[in-house]
Amino acid sequence: MDSFVPLWVLCISAILIFTVPNNFKHTISLALVAITIAFTSYWAGLALFYGFELQGLSPFSMISGDSPIVVDKLSAFFILVVNFTVLTGLLYAKGYLKSYLKTKNKHLMSIHYFSYVWLYFSMLLVTMVRGGLDFLIVWELMTISSFLLVIFDSEKEDILKTGINYLIQMHVGFLFLLVGFLFTGEFSGTISFDSMGVAFSSNELFEVFGSHGNFWLFLIFFIGFGIKAGFIPLHAWLPHAHPAAPSHVSGVMSGVMIKMGIYGILRVLTHLQSDWMEVGVFILIISILSGLYGVMMAIVQHDLKKLLAYHSIENIGIIGIGIGLGLIGIATENHPLAVLGFGGGILHILNHSLFKSLLFYGAGSVYKSTHTRELNSLGGLIKSMPKTAIFFLLGALAICGLPPFNGFVSEFLIYSGLFKSLSSANLNMSLMFLGGITSLALIGGLAIFCFTKAFGVVFLGSARCEFPIKPVEADGSMLFSKLLVAVVIVMIGVLPNLFLQPISEVVGMFVTSGGDVFAKTMHTTSQVGIISGIFILVIVVLYFMRKKQQSTVAVEYGPTWGCGYTGADPAVHQYTATSYADNYKQLTKPVVGSETEYKSFSEEEIFAPARSFVSHSHDKIEDNIINKGIAWILKTMERFAVLHTGKVQHYLIYPLVFILTLFLLTLLNII
Amino acid sequence: MISLLLIFIGALIFPGLISITKAKLSGKKGPGIFQPYKDILRLLKKGSVYSSTTSFVFQVAPIIYMASVLGAILMIPFGNFKQGLISFEGDFLMFAYMLAFGKFLMIISALDTGSGFEGMGANREALYSMLVEPAFFIVLSSVVMLSGYTSFYEMFTHFHVENYVSWLYVAISVYLLIQITLIENSRLPVDDPKTHLELTMVHEVMVLDNSGFDLGLIQITGALKFAMFGALIGNLVIPPMHLGFELSALAFVVIQALFAITVGFMESFRARLKMIYNPQFILTLSGIALIAFFAVFFITKTI
Repeated sequence: MDSFVPLWVLCISAILIFTVPNNFKHTISLALVAITIAFTSYWAGLALFYGFELQGLSPFSMISGDSPIVVDKLSAFFILVVNFTVLTGLLYAKGYLKSYLKTKNKHLMSIHYFSYVWLYFSMLLVTMVRGGLDFLIVWELMTISSFLLVIFDSEKEDILKTGINYLIQMHVGFLFLLVGFLFTGEFSGTISFDSMGVAFSSNELFEVFGSHGNFWLFLIFFIGFGIKAGFIPLHAWLPHAHPAAPSHVSGVMSGVMIKMGIYGILRVLTHLQSDWMEVGVFILIISILSGLYGVMMAIVQHDLKKLLAYHSIENIGIIGIGIGLGLIGIATENHPLAVLGFGGGILHILNHSLFKSLLFYGAGSVYKSTHTRELNSLGGLIKSMPKTAIFFLLGALAICGLPPFNGFVSEFLIYSGLFKSLSSANLNMSLMFLGGITSLALIGGLAIFCFTKAFGVVFLGSARCEFPIKPVEADGSMLFSKLLVAVVIVMIGVLPNLFLQPISEVVGMFVTSGGDVFAKTMHTTSQVGIISGIFILVIVVLYFMRKKQQSTVAVEYGPTWGCGYTGADPAVHQYTATSYADNYKQLTKPVVGSETEYKSFSEEEIFAPARSFVSHSHDKIEDNIINKGIAWILKTMERFAVLHTGKVQHYLIYPLVFILTLFLLTLLNII
Repeated sequence: MISLLLIFIGALIFPGLISITKAKLSGKKGPGIFQPYKDILRLLKKGSVYSSTTSFVFQVAPIIYMASVLGAILMIPFGNFKQGLISFEGDFLMFAYMLAFGKFLMIISALDTGSGFEGMGANREALYSMLVEPAFFIVLSSVVMLSGYTSFYEMFTHFHVENYVSWLYVAISVYLLIQITLIENSRLPVDDPKTHLELTMVHEVMVLDNSGFDLGLIQITGALKFAMFGALIGNLVIPPMHLGFELSALAFVVIQALFAITVGFMESFRARLKMIYNPQFILTLSGIALIAFFAVFFITKTI
């Protein structure tokens, strides 16, 4: 019997969600997801720890011929990452959707939970199926289910618009994948991942694409998968879709769904036969740009979730830097670079799925209790939501790559690879590595700038706005799922070797002879754990020293220092998100688009009336490349509208003309 | 351990030496060398006043700030003689990110007070430390390039200075490290610790609301940070001079003292830059760091 049967049964039983009343929909989804997690984690564990690859036949075999479905190490890694985030997302959803139970009808809730569960199944299948046609089917299922999740709040018009924008952009990506797979089929005979190796080395490939055929065919796949992953300049859907979706969905989408794009890229890379250098340099440059542009745009956002969405682009960039370096390492036979690059990139996939989902859950809790995501109307939430604040702070520290949290470990691996290769490389390579180092450092600095702003403005200081209902701490289930994520974040930070072992197995798929590099690295990372321990110890000692000192002296509480005048409303004088980013905006004007609407005082105005100040930011890449491109297409298409006369007679002539042309062309032996 | 001790000694004399130098240059008698520590000691005994707007972030920030600098110091070696208490490949990354952790907490603790002044200071500190990051990493990269190793101890041990170009490289690096130290410690020309107007401050305005024990910790941390960067400079300069162990230890302290006096000199004859020129100034350092990086290519004869 096929060992994947339980999975098909579970997939079909998702229908049950439609049959139960509203209150049980969450429970039944959770049960389905939990059972699936048990099965798939077991399969993944087999592959990752025992090297046993479970194989079976795809359920679509009747349409696409006998196509296999395999859980290998790469799939296993992604399955585990998906499992964890989907679980925490669903736990979080219980609290988050509670208030929607009253406003949304039964069917909408059913569709939501059904899409969530199916998004999960489709992501699992994306990592497992090997046939090209099967892959495209499950890839499309993933897009549709996530689209349905994004438009959950579809009463709001702009959310529906965003959703459709998302759907269209995903299909542009789909088109590229289709073309890529068709080429694979053309060159190798079968449309599947497994035959990609044949396609990449076939003579026809080089006849069609020239000597760098591998690069060009990879590029087609890269565009297809890159739209999902959100590389610059293919990112335009991301900053719109994430804020529109409910927070548990944003967490899952940003945490794991965009990683499916990375999965696709990695899967294609395993079959690459030559041109590692070209592909590596290409990915490295695109990733550096994505990393920098993502975080630079994030700083000027005032929408908390949009800010986080831009950080996803940044982190995809960091993952890409790792992968690009890994490829350069393979091309130059520099094993440490290859292992550390791939290792860092792959670990960062896990890390980003953790801290980004944590941050989105935090943003969701803030939205739920204040009903706004606008940074400039929030403030001082740490007093009413202390636990949410702590988790958000933890996520912020982790995403900035600070020790002793998980983000540091993966960035450390990438940095190590770069630094180790600096002295042995030639001039061009050294400069490229230096570029990598500098941009990682800059990305880190910018991330700190961004998250001190985000955390400071949302949670610290005093409230900038009175809310009709006082903000309250998030629901227990929401906090519990955050706790789960937080525990793993700290665990990776303090005990990185626990996680590096399985990662080294995955890296082994790309670099065959790098075992000793990993052993050495694990020795190093254990030191990171030690120093984190000392760090925490010093903090505890100092804390108790101060406690002892303060028990003997007077400790008073008073107003914040106000330069001698404390009568004014403290909320008015605080720094806002806009003022915090002001000097940065002036500095980055050429890259980051922003406008302010403000009329300054004229000399005649003695008693000046109240002024208003509005600032916007816009994405220059989206405006200049995506939107202009679309405008151009629309304009071109309008020319054909001449044919659209509205008269039946004309329309009858068109087929006649068509048939005549065909006839003439065949007559003249042109076709 | 020896480097830890030497850094503590350096931190002990650093603030005093700066203020003595500044006083002498402006024709004043000047305080004793331990006067800053007498002030800090008094602070450590005082009671505290907390703003009622603040939360636990404000309370833990000074402690974490100090712990982060202490943690970073553990990784600094003593020339080519003794490695830091903890040494591993890539320890300088941990060093840089550890410091960033402390800074992150200080920035959000300033925002925690909900004061416009402190928000301003926090914003400037975040901006400047972000801008200075590339320069520091390029300098580190050039040292890694030159030595071929990736831990502080090995980097400084295998750092060979053979000809005049190399000394030129050392000179540029030392210059850069001094400037980076000044920016990281919020001194002239980016920030003037003696200014009395909140609007022109960077670091001082961030800690306006800290008092008593916390303020004491922050000031000790400032001195430690100075000595820590001084030790980095010492590590760059001392091993190529091939001195013995004892002489090196002495040279270490002398370099710290010289560094302090240099800072005093620079601060006496220089005015603070206009705020809007600060980013330019800091970014220029990255440019100079690139020159140092290219110098390494000449030294290793890759070009």
